[in-house]
Amino acid sequence: MLGFLERPVVVTADINLNVVALTAVGLLSRLWQLAYPRAVVFDEVYYGQYISFYMKRIFFLDGSGPPFGHMLLALGGYLGGFDGNFLWNRIGAENALITQARLMLLESVLIFFNLLAVLSYLKFANSQKQRPFSLRWWFWLTLTGMACSCAVGVKYVGVFTYLLVLAVAGVHAWHLIGDRTLSHVRVLCHLLARAAALLVVPALMYLLFFYVHLTLVCRSGPHDQIMSSAFQASLEGGLARITQGQPLEVAYGSQVTLKNVFGKPVPCWLHSHQSTYPMIYENGRGSSHQQQVTCYPFKDVNNWWIVKDPGRHPLVVSNPPRPVRHGDIVQLVHGMTTRFLNTHDVAAPLSPHSQEVSCYVDYNISMPSQNLWRLDIVNRESDTEVWKTILSEVRLVHVNTSAVLKLSGAHLPDWGFRQLEVVGEKLSRGYHESMVWNVEEHRYGKSQEQKERELELHSPAQMDVSRNLSFMARFLELQWRMLTVKSDDSEHKYSSSPLDWVTLDTSIAYWLHPRTSAQIHLLGNIVIWASAGLATAVYALLFFWYLLRRRRCIRDLPEGCWLRWVLAGALCAGGWAVNYLPFFLMEKTLFLYHYLPALTFQILLLPVVLQHVADHLCRSPLLRSVFGSLVVAWYSCACHVFNTLRPLTYGDRSLSPGELRALRWKDTWDILIRKY
Amino acid sequence: VTLLSFATRFHRLDEPPHICWDETHFGKMGSYYINRTFFFDVHPPLGKMLIGLAGYLSGYDGTFLFQKPGDKYEHHNYMGMRGFCAFLGSLLVPFAYLTVLELSRSLPAALLSAALLTFDTGCLTLSQYILLDPILMFFIMAAMLSMVKYNSCADRPFSAPWWFWLSLTGINLAGALGVKFVGLFIILQVGWNTISDLWHLFGDLSLSVVTVGKHLTARVLCLIVLPLTLYTATYAVHFMVLNKSGPGDGFFSSAFQARLSGNNLHNASIPEHLAYGSVITVKNLRMAIGYLHSHRHLYPEGIGARQQQVTTYLHKDYNNLWIIKKHNTNADPLDPSFPVEFVRHGDIIRLEHKETSRNLHSHYHEAPLTRKHYQVTGYGINGTGDSNDFWRIEVVNRKFGNRIKVLRSRIRLIHLVTGCVLGSSGKVLPKWGWEQLEVTCTPYLKETLNSIWNVEDHINPKLPNISLDVLHPTFPEILLESHMVMIRGNNGLKPKDNEFTSKPWHWPINYQGLRFSGINDTDFRVYLLGNPVVWWLNLLSIVLYVLLGSIIAIAVQRGAHLPAEVEGLSQVLLQGGGQLLLGWMLHYFPFFLMGRILYFHHYFPAMLFSSMLTGILWDTVLQLCAWSLASPFLARGMYAAGLLSLLLGTAYSFYLFHPLAYGMVGPLAQDPRSPMAGLRWLESWDF
Repeated sequence: MLGFLERPVVVTADINLNVVALTAVGLLSRLWQLAYPRAVVFDEVYYGQYISFYMKRIFFLDGSGPPFGHMLLALGGYLGGFDGNFLWNRIGAENALITQARLMLLESVLIFFNLLAVLSYLKFANSQKQRPFSLRWWFWLTLTGMACSCAVGVKYVGVFTYLLVLAVAGVHAWHLIGDRTLSHVRVLCHLLARAAALLVVPALMYLLFFYVHLTLVCRSGPHDQIMSSAFQASLEGGLARITQGQPLEVAYGSQVTLKNVFGKPVPCWLHSHQSTYPMIYENGRGSSHQQQVTCYPFKDVNNWWIVKDPGRHPLVVSNPPRPVRHGDIVQLVHGMTTRFLNTHDVAAPLSPHSQEVSCYVDYNISMPSQNLWRLDIVNRESDTEVWKTILSEVRLVHVNTSAVLKLSGAHLPDWGFRQLEVVGEKLSRGYHESMVWNVEEHRYGKSQEQKERELELHSPAQMDVSRNLSFMARFLELQWRMLTVKSDDSEHKYSSSPLDWVTLDTSIAYWLHPRTSAQIHLLGNIVIWASAGLATAVYALLFFWYLLRRRRCIRDLPEGCWLRWVLAGALCAGGWAVNYLPFFLMEKTLFLYHYLPALTFQILLLPVVLQHVADHLCRSPLLRSVFGSLVVAWYSCACHVFNTLRPLTYGDRSLSPGELRALRWKDTWDILIRKY
Repeated sequence: VTLLSFATRFHRLDEPPHICWDETHFGKMGSYYINRTFFFDVHPPLGKMLIGLAGYLSGYDGTFLFQKPGDKYEHHNYMGMRGFCAFLGSLLVPFAYLTVLELSRSLPAALLSAALLTFDTGCLTLSQYILLDPILMFFIMAAMLSMVKYNSCADRPFSAPWWFWLSLTGINLAGALGVKFVGLFIILQVGWNTISDLWHLFGDLSLSVVTVGKHLTARVLCLIVLPLTLYTATYAVHFMVLNKSGPGDGFFSSAFQARLSGNNLHNASIPEHLAYGSVITVKNLRMAIGYLHSHRHLYPEGIGARQQQVTTYLHKDYNNLWIIKKHNTNADPLDPSFPVEFVRHGDIIRLEHKETSRNLHSHYHEAPLTRKHYQVTGYGINGTGDSNDFWRIEVVNRKFGNRIKVLRSRIRLIHLVTGCVLGSSGKVLPKWGWEQLEVTCTPYLKETLNSIWNVEDHINPKLPNISLDVLHPTFPEILLESHMVMIRGNNGLKPKDNEFTSKPWHWPINYQGLRFSGINDTDFRVYLLGNPVVWWLNLLSIVLYVLLGSIIAIAVQRGAHLPAEVEGLSQVLLQGGGQLLLGWMLHYFPFFLMGRILYFHHYFPAMLFSSMLTGILWDTVLQLCAWSLASPFLARGMYAAGLLSLLLGTAYSFYLFHPLAYGMVGPLAQDPRSPMAGLRWLESWDF
């Protein structure tokens, strides 16, 4: 492909014919029987689900990547993923890529943008030599930036290609700085243009994706729970329906529910109920036998607490309401049982290094109540800030022991109904979100009598003030949650390790016909797979050989040819390396399809190396013709393998068990054979 | 400089007279060396060996238990070990001084670096206790110094000093790697330096290829062969010294344990091939999983079927014993009238738990923790169960019909009905499972060590015993195994979700320290925290360096002509400073990628490099400023004033913060009555 770009203008028509022909073959092989199978295949389960969320405009969260890829699919444009593949389709017989491209998954979209980025950068570098700052120059430069941001927007692994392009651009820019024929101003213009196109444009596009994403999905959905209360309140339906119209400022007498900000292992609310801690635990330690305080992951009337002024008796909001401020001392009264939130020097049930938190019951055993808490607003702007619903993140610091109310994350045994343990952390070592709480539901208490109050607690809260979160705040939070959300690293039947990928020691069964043994597998064309690996090795060897010889001033290649050779290697071998090596550091479940972006770069290297060997290493015509015939033999071999594996790629033909067994060239391929 | 450094490090070394922080580990491991009992730790052995040696030479007898921080040493002699660490810690300062002097050829820069390190409370604290860090930092700095020295001998290749510094670099690299794996970073730095050096020589056409080859061989010898030999030698000593069975046994494979005297596999003789009726223990091949185990407790309500628990357990216990029986008869195979029948690869067997007479059993219920696997239980009464108790025994990579060897055969147990494989997920069961590890039957047939087992103990009176000496592992094998165990151990140190952990970005800003000793206001408290003046100056310097460095680099690339003096200064800044910056980056950034639990003290090697960089940077900046001034008198004055103010500033800040390192008693700093209250500049400092 690089060869194409470097050729003089005269042959353009010819190349275009080439491209058109390749496009046709590429499209044909990918669109062949596209509508088949009419069943959900593998991860299509997830992506299809996400798309329907878009259609219904429901909020969701996916840890694997930013929303652009999903949106693109949802646009009904899954053709967008296919027509991209023509660019590199010199070898039109790559089974794995075809399988992947045919189905509705994100990888093909990612590969498309990766290659588009590299291609447009090459175009840009070419026009740099001819006419900088021309229209063409600008077009390719911006296209590079846009393709990069699209790649990142589809999946986070796109970042690696982006970094590669940036690195190459950086090296070129450094040469530009060293070019003393250019004036200072001109160099500055060059640098600024690059910075704008390769840094600013992608960042803006990335923000744009999220903007569209957040405007599209404005209804609450199944992943609400992961987000903060404030974020949830900004979605239609769900929490917003409840919180809409709540009073903003928490006052003495307010009835509130307190949600833990950390929300791990599950999001939950501060809770208490009639049951007490068992007198003696299983391991023989004793407890205070007072009323349990836990964290409960479901909405419940027992999650309501009343903020009380220690100096005054009433449990209602006075008129005008007296707001609670940072640093104030408060008591928290459990709504249904009217007991006070309390902690004391008794070891907590599961975390013996922390204090037990209870609702105080007076047994007359000279254990005084210690129920004063100091309010510490973590995200305050001034020291007299008022405690606000949803927005304020607060710590409750115990006045007597300076312990901090904390969610320990442990599940209580049966006596605690498997709810989560809440403790008083004595050695508060710095800030941790498990010690931070925020008010989620809130209303001003009106009834002084316990019976009336219980009724009041059961009724839904409704009042009116509305608030909205700014886009940037929502973006930052969503971004943070996406990067930190942990997928449970469950073992999967088809998961594999990066080492298996190079040697194609693994396959993924995507689909099996419900009755016959027609099936679709993600399986590479082993000839191409192997030769691509070989090409990389040959490239590396030759590169180091030339490099060492150049260092001793022995120039095998003319200068221009050497530079092209280096650039091709940097982009193709580099593209392979940056898309492959980082997977060794990742701890999530990995599949064969994660390797495909790297593979495409590796395949691009193949023609480069072949061309190079033919041009520079085969000196005599005889050698050259031998080499040429070898290439033809190799190519037909690849086509043959493609043809043999075709039933597994398209899944259009049912094979007998014997045939399937014959196709199982490696023991590690999980080809499904029905037992009759 | 050296004197001052020794004075600060040895001042009040004996306080507090109790165990501080990780002394409880490393002191204990030192004692293990003196007592020659085998133990397991995630770090390589050299550091602990040196501690043990220092203790041994100073008359410590290894009897102190080192149970938990805060225990009093009483009559035990701990000063030898602390003194040894403090000695190495004190040498850091002269090393930094010499390195900077060599790199910059400027006395003030070297003095400034030395002062920064001398007056840093963090370095001081870390050097005063029985820890690995002073030893590690000693080797890192020594390697750096000898590398720099050898670079400056480059004009006289193959001379005596050249060889001396080159091999010294190699020795120190081995030392650094032998103390902690963090030593790898300094190896990378030296490697990078060597490669660029060789590249330079290779491009020098006045040297013949043979000469370049000689250079290459010399470096391979001194920087690869020599350190590797020394490194393996430390392990050889380690295994030779520790020849008694101890707390580390369970982490290692059966063959490994056979080396240790006192272990029941040592010089043991047991029957070689498994036969029906044999009583065996089955050990998982993955490190630190343990033996297949069952006990008289049922799975709790709601977790699969309410049958007897099957787990894995790391310690030796009667409940680890199982009897191999035929699947279809319940006759006692030990009856002398039956002939001995060996178990063969591919046989269908039943495993009966010896203590409870229940069969190893699996069924289509989900496992307690790994939901996609099946539950494994103990089922049946007196050996009579159902068809779900049948397992096919397979030797990995063997043909059918082969016998099964004790210890050496790697076996898999495949459940006959469901086709799943017996394995351990390595996850810890909750309280009801006594915090032993979960055993499951996995339907995924992929071959992982989790589902491969070997037979360890084997009792069968009808079979002749053979001596196990045959399977004595070779030295490379035990070397490899101990590395695997260490790496697994390191990866296993994961932070828990709801715990506050130190993050790498906290470190350079000195966000939070570590409590070495004491919590309450009556305790003698020591708090590991860098001197904030020094640390923040370092941070500022790195930013300033990157700015200044790029400006100069761009100017040079644009072909600007610098005056001779500036030229010289910028050379020092770019090359000397560049090496130090590389050192800082290499010792800092990799921590961002690490999944294991991290602590504040991991930053200290990087901090050494950044202090040296600060020295060079400020010297250069001051010289540049002085050069730009017109009058020479004014220039000299301002240079001296700038330097003095920096030196005095750090010394004064040390005076302010010295109680952190030397210990303080009295109210906590949160309390306004405390003398340290004014010094609590960040809310996250809790001293």
